[in-house]
Amino acid sequence: MSKTSRTQVTVPATAKKGSIIEIRAIVQHDMESGFRYTESGKLIPRDIIRIFTCTYNDVEVFKADFYPGIGANPLIIFTTIATESGTLEFKWLGDDSYEAVHQARITVS
Amino acid sequence: MQRRAWMQQLQKLTLFTLGAWLTPSIVFAKKEDADGAIQKITGGTKIQEGRVTLTIPPLVENGNLVVLKVSVDSPMTANDYVKVIHVIAEGNPLPNIFSAYLTPRSGTANITTRVRLADSQRVWAIAQMSNGSFWQGSAETLVTLSACTEVV
Repeated sequence: MSKTSRTQVTVPATAKKGSIIEIRAIVQHDMESGFRYTESGKLIPRDIIRIFTCTYNDVEVFKADFYPGIGANPLIIFTTIATESGTLEFKWLGDDSYEAVHQARITVS
Repeated sequence: MQRRAWMQQLQKLTLFTLGAWLTPSIVFAKKEDADGAIQKITGGTKIQEGRVTLTIPPLVENGNLVVLKVSVDSPMTANDYVKVIHVIAEGNPLPNIFSAYLTPRSGTANITTRVRLADSQRVWAIAQMSNGSFWQGSAETLVTLSACTEVV
């Protein structure tokens, strides 16, 4: 059983063919850095999201590797070209078999 | 009695001067870590200055959530585009912050995210172009409340 959490993605519902669209993807996650200690001096193990991918009709258009330097509830804003109508799939993979998937529809005219 | 007080003052001053001398060496040690991370990315290829703009606030109150924006000047066509953008912070326990892999379908090379900064430091953004060349840009910031190291 893998862990998951809430995600929120902002993608324009409609776009002109060939136009550049901005995508904002946010996911609920503590991003425990693995550099912090508890009051009793025990090291808190690392628990972060490591990989974020965005596929556009099953073609990968964006990928990012995250390190502990990314803040809690990672937000990433990037752009892509609206080529055709279809589905954008966002996937976050992390430590402790964390996995979150979000899908968004886009209509391109 | 007065002489002793004066001696103590002198001692304090010596300690202070010694401290001031030692601090830069700690900073340099971290800089080496960052250089190591950069070396790993480029594999020894020369990095050119320019084309990359890194935007972070010059003064940060809380290092736990700092909005960081990277943009690379590139036409983003099939033969000339930005392949990867790496962000390196020289004062963090782990210099790597993130690596973003772009394609010609990205349209622009603009990335915005929120990062943690452990200390007042310089942050680097290194972009690898499709032709294999590396370009870099950097920004300096002052952090008043550090991230990463606080006790829970």
